[in-house]
Amino acid sequence: MAVLDRKVLRDVRRMWAQVLAIGLVMACGVMTLIMAQGAYRSLRETQEVYYDQYRFGHLFVNAKRIPKSVVRSFHSLEGVQAVEGRIDAPAILEMEGMQEPGAGYVMSLPVGKLPDVNRPYLREGRLPQASSTREVAIEERFAKAHDLRAGDSFSAIIHGNRVHLRVSGIMLSPEFIYALGPGDLIPDSKRFGVFYMSQKALEALMDMEGAYNSVSLRLLRGACEACVKRQIDQALLPYGSTGAYGRKDQVSNSFIDAELKQLESMSRVMPPVFLLVSAFLVNMILTRLIALEREQIGLLKACGYSSWQVAFHYSKLVILISFVGLSIGMFAGAQIGKGLTHLYSQFFSFPFLVFKQSVDLYLIGIVVSAGSALLGAAKAIYGAASLPPAVAMRPPAPEKFRSVMALKQGDGKFLSQLTVMGLRHFIHSPLRSLMTMFGIAFAGAMAVMALFFVDSINAMIDLSMTRAERSDAQVQLIDDMRPSVLDEIQRLPGVFMAEPVRQEAVIFHHGAVSKRGSILGRLTHSNLSRTLDENNNPAPLPEHGILLPQRLAEQLNVGLGQTLRVEFPSLAGLQKSVRVAGFSSSYLGLAAAMRLERLNRLMGQGPRINAAAFDMDESQAPQLYEAIKSTPGLLSISMQVLSKKMFRKHMDQNTVTMVSVYFIIAVIVAFGVVYNSIRIQLSERGRELASLRVLGFTSGEVFKVMLVEMGAIVVLAQPLSWFVGYGFSVVMINGFANDMYAMPLVIHNKTYAIASIVVFVSALFCAGLAWLRVSKLDLISVLKSRE
Amino acid sequence: MVQALFEIEDLSKTYISNSVEVHALRGACLKLYAGEMTVLLGPSGSGKSTFLNILGGLDTPTSGIVRYQGDELNRYSERKLTLYRRKSVGFVFQFYNLIPSLNAWENVALTTELSDNPLDPAEALEIVGLGRRQKHFPAEMSGGEQQRVAIARAIAKRPEVLLCDEPTGALDSKTGILVLEALQRTNKELGTTTAVITHNASIQQLANRVFTFKDGRIDSSHVNSTPKQAHEVDW
Repeated sequence: MAVLDRKVLRDVRRMWAQVLAIGLVMACGVMTLIMAQGAYRSLRETQEVYYDQYRFGHLFVNAKRIPKSVVRSFHSLEGVQAVEGRIDAPAILEMEGMQEPGAGYVMSLPVGKLPDVNRPYLREGRLPQASSTREVAIEERFAKAHDLRAGDSFSAIIHGNRVHLRVSGIMLSPEFIYALGPGDLIPDSKRFGVFYMSQKALEALMDMEGAYNSVSLRLLRGACEACVKRQIDQALLPYGSTGAYGRKDQVSNSFIDAELKQLESMSRVMPPVFLLVSAFLVNMILTRLIALEREQIGLLKACGYSSWQVAFHYSKLVILISFVGLSIGMFAGAQIGKGLTHLYSQFFSFPFLVFKQSVDLYLIGIVVSAGSALLGAAKAIYGAASLPPAVAMRPPAPEKFRSVMALKQGDGKFLSQLTVMGLRHFIHSPLRSLMTMFGIAFAGAMAVMALFFVDSINAMIDLSMTRAERSDAQVQLIDDMRPSVLDEIQRLPGVFMAEPVRQEAVIFHHGAVSKRGSILGRLTHSNLSRTLDENNNPAPLPEHGILLPQRLAEQLNVGLGQTLRVEFPSLAGLQKSVRVAGFSSSYLGLAAAMRLERLNRLMGQGPRINAAAFDMDESQAPQLYEAIKSTPGLLSISMQVLSKKMFRKHMDQNTVTMVSVYFIIAVIVAFGVVYNSIRIQLSERGRELASLRVLGFTSGEVFKVMLVEMGAIVVLAQPLSWFVGYGFSVVMINGFANDMYAMPLVIHNKTYAIASIVVFVSALFCAGLAWLRVSKLDLISVLKSRE
Repeated sequence: MVQALFEIEDLSKTYISNSVEVHALRGACLKLYAGEMTVLLGPSGSGKSTFLNILGGLDTPTSGIVRYQGDELNRYSERKLTLYRRKSVGFVFQFYNLIPSLNAWENVALTTELSDNPLDPAEALEIVGLGRRQKHFPAEMSGGEQQRVAIARAIAKRPEVLLCDEPTGALDSKTGILVLEALQRTNKELGTTTAVITHNASIQQLANRVFTFKDGRIDSSHVNSTPKQAHEVDW
């Protein structure tokens, strides 16, 4: 090994704490890159292969009743590759060992063949026979949750008919990778199951002979999706279609896409920031190292080493620092990536899901992290290489300080000489102070991000499930019924209060923009199911017109008092004009609201409802659940009270992990920045501090000089960290938002306070380490050595 | 007749520091002869160090000519100067300038790795009397020992010329003598042309030739026909 390389190794060993501190920050960048990009690629590739092999549809449409001949005619549309008609139905499930009713979604299988679109992946057993009216193939997760195998049975209420079903096989469906039950916020495989039945069975149960109520289509590569969609909408107008929609609006697909989008943006935004901070740290220590080794550089050149050799020598040091970061980052990235993929398998139902380790990702990691570190060191290395040997042998000229805050006599009471010293150092190298501030702010921002998520989720739950949708459960009725049905529901055991709801799928039109959505008709002073205004206060329903969700209004580009057209697919495309009477905040779905009687009148009908919301006495839950299962006329049920509990449980389990990961990262960054800054300060000013000690100042007083400078930076970094944290949170919130789901941006003051405390504690810990050094300052040797 | 290794004519060097012109050399002329030991005397700021730096290719003159074996050093490119330092020049500085993270042997190896026909680092250390201290780091050695490592490092590549800037400046007389002995020995045994800058006038008794600098010029010079041994000199 060349002697200069030994020097590199010894330099790294000597500065191990600083090298490790920088390496860890760099490791965070590499880790995020490998973890997020790795998970992104795994998920994306699995999704693509699965969609392709199991023929996931491009267009989907639901209607009341579509004659089979109409569905057949879609084959001739230009750009259509395959068409599959189906009978779909919600179901209420009676599962053994579960008191509350479960929710199900049943789909029919074509006769004598596998579906041409949305083909199930059979894991075990077989699909139901065409002639069987009792056989079902159930989704794997649901099967696992209830420990069901082929041959087992359970009962369900489909379209008001109680049926005993026998499991013929276990399958997965590309349509239900993320299987969200009615009213649920996250998949709950215990309470929601998807299954296939024979067409014959569903035709009988749903009274749908010769017709379908759902169609999926696969398009040819390069086909015009909008054109096909337009033709389908036109053709299905008489059949109560709710409008064709693409993959973007398909629930399961849109959740996967949202996750993918988030991973992708994470892998693009986070690593550069970490690498920027580590590049700055490399710059800081290398600048100092080269200043300290000025004469050694001069000597190397005097011995005949070329500028290139000197530059290469220091570059090796930088590469070694990167190597530390890379090794830790790659290892952690691969491990956490595996963990993340494992986490996905809890929510996403894929037949296969492997964490993808691509070589190119590691190469990118190596190039980007070593590159950024070298870039950070470039100026210092260039300085070393271009230092003329004769100049290098002379000590550097004393640094110039500005006489800011010059002390006059008597000022001493306010600012001591020592304080002024500290503050002047702070101003002396403004760029470094700024970068240090930015690094600390980034650490604080990470802590803000960890907690903001909890704040915002809690706010969303509070707003949508406590303030707006306050009912414990909602039942959908099989047909539109007279409001008198409410009395029956009210009489069920344990029901405190029930309110009527009419939910109509509609298409909103304004100008050239059309948007699928729904209108909720409610009581004027509805208590259980309320609409919140833009400030999240309960809003009374207006006498005339409609309350439109803010997000929908933005998409439709419609203002207050303007009129929009509402199309009712269930009424053969009947269109009506409605005035926008106000805006509402809505985080789950895009439902507009109006008075029930106004909605009925708009649709040209008498008093009708199709759902009911109610409050229940939990102590009577078992009796209520039994009664619901045997109440005729119920199509499906959503149990908000259980969805909320499930979601809370899930959040409690995962929040701790997530917050700890972010906190660890925040501490790593704060420590990396503060520790290195203090070490550099100590190195640059050891002489000055020792001189102060010689003059008779105590260690504590001397330490104050350092504390003033670092303290000023840490304190000034706090508002910046809140601001950066807020910015990151905005980006994250926007990344989440889609038509189904949006989160309010809520950051409590407590969150900012905790984030700052995390940074302060890390900084104080570093200060403690510095104090150990200051108190041991060897006065004689420092003063004897040449600067 | 001994051949002149260096011929310096009308050498000037002007620095500009904080927009003030500093004239370090103002037309110095002299010759250094192969195999001789030359002592350069003079007060602080008289231009000795600048002169030595230019001679060693560490610095370039503002004007004037430095001929080394007939070649004009002042016309050398940065690359050629690096090669010149690598092959032909050994330096010894007042503050030793050892690399603290390398031990004695490694500090010497630093230069032997660069040259074609070097001494073995152990042999070089033997010459300066430090054969037993090869594994010691600079922090574990006295100033005199460190300076002798620096001399070993300078001579290990068998340079044509050894340039020493105040080699005993930071040492007491006893260790200073040890260092001077090492210099004299290499001058004799290896035939290395040696130039020594010093404040200490008694050191001139060791030299073949003595130049005194004043205000950037040569003030006086004389030839010493019978140089003394280091231990005979009175400090």
